[in-house]
Amino acid sequence: MTVHEQFADDLALYALGSLDGAERQALVRHLEDCSSCRRELELLRGDLGMLALTTAGPKPPARSRQRLMSAIANENRATSSRLPLAVATPAPPVRRRSWWPTLGWVAAAALVLLCVGLLRQNSTLQRNLASNRAQFEAQLNDQAKRLERTSEVVATLLDPEAATIELVAAGAKPQPHGKAIYQQRNRNLIFVASNLAPLPPERIYELWLFPANGGAPIAAGLFKPDARGSATVVDPPLPQGVEAKNFVVTLEPDSGSHESPRGTPVIVGLGAGE
Amino acid sequence: MKTGLASVDTNATPSDLALVTAIRSGDQGAMAALYDRFSSIVYSVALRVLQDTGAAEDVLQDIFMQLWRNPGAFDASRGNMAAWLAVITRHRAIDALRRRRPENDIEDVVVSVEPDMASDADRSRAMDKVRGALRTMPSSQRSALEMAYFEGLTHSEIADRTGEPLGTIKTRIRTGLLSLRKVLAA
Repeated sequence: MTVHEQFADDLALYALGSLDGAERQALVRHLEDCSSCRRELELLRGDLGMLALTTAGPKPPARSRQRLMSAIANENRATSSRLPLAVATPAPPVRRRSWWPTLGWVAAAALVLLCVGLLRQNSTLQRNLASNRAQFEAQLNDQAKRLERTSEVVATLLDPEAATIELVAAGAKPQPHGKAIYQQRNRNLIFVASNLAPLPPERIYELWLFPANGGAPIAAGLFKPDARGSATVVDPPLPQGVEAKNFVVTLEPDSGSHESPRGTPVIVGLGAGE
Repeated sequence: MKTGLASVDTNATPSDLALVTAIRSGDQGAMAALYDRFSSIVYSVALRVLQDTGAAEDVLQDIFMQLWRNPGAFDASRGNMAAWLAVITRHRAIDALRRRRPENDIEDVVVSVEPDMASDADRSRAMDKVRGALRTMPSSQRSALEMAYFEGLTHSEIADRTGEPLGTIKTRIRTGLLSLRKVLAA
């Protein structure tokens, strides 16, 4: 077999890796079909290998061996049939000392310290949160108990089936009676009446708030007593900031306006002095 | 005390192929033995090309790591291991010199060397012949060969540097290599 002369020089350049462009493409195409030129290429590479071997002399530093053995010891090869390494002790690469690995350790140490600090802070916050939560829950439980008691009291007062017995002077006839409990700050009003006479046809009782400033009476709710003459009015809509001087219950026409008293007073608060 | 060379009899100086076979089974001791045998060649070639010890060590590491990962890349039937390692090391060093990605996979390189270099003595004798051939070679031819091979210059760059015609450089490189082969075959 003989090498095709037109490719002879290019084969050497190709073996050197310095052939490019159209010449390289042409040679590659030729090599696909020419076994003699492929053989010559292998021989040229062998020649180049021999040329390279003339450089043999300097030995690599010992750290290179350690670096390699350390690397392959850490390499996770697919092969599972590993034999133990006994010819070299893995050691970290020592060539070209760089600050980057050191900075990496410093950064890692700083990160660890930061994490420790954050964990401590987190622990403190959790303790404070747990303490605050315990106090809040205690207050909430207290409020809930108080609300429950209040609700029970109110429910008892408002329960139509609750036994209500009016106590009067011995031998005296029970008289219409009422009690208004008013909280100006929150505009809360609870009114409880008893012994009221049954309503005449087309009539209704109405509660009035008489302001302390002498202003016009304010309607505080229409109501009808039950069969025993008892009635309650709870939290009627009232204007804000009104100081009460007195409360009065009147008997009013069932129809028509209820914005001002038209009927006659039935019971009158003692606070009015009237 | 038994060493990691469980599959390699160190007293019998295992062949290159025996070491590669052991490496295929993950024998790190065989890898160490192969390194001890050829690291000087690989390092010398890389150092000659790169002229930098650190860069040469990087190439050394790269070559042997590739061999560890893919020991099947070397096929004894396709070439002498020392020459094969020298060739792929030179390629890799030139790539590093030109800061380009590796152009050749180590599996793609087939190297054919006629003389038997199974032993260090065989290799030493062959090297003496090659060095002798280089000494007797015309300086212009040796210079072109070394610039192309160790400096990674293209024939065009060599022609620019020397002022010689492009065709002349091409021929000098080829005839220089053929003269080395002739000396070895003698």
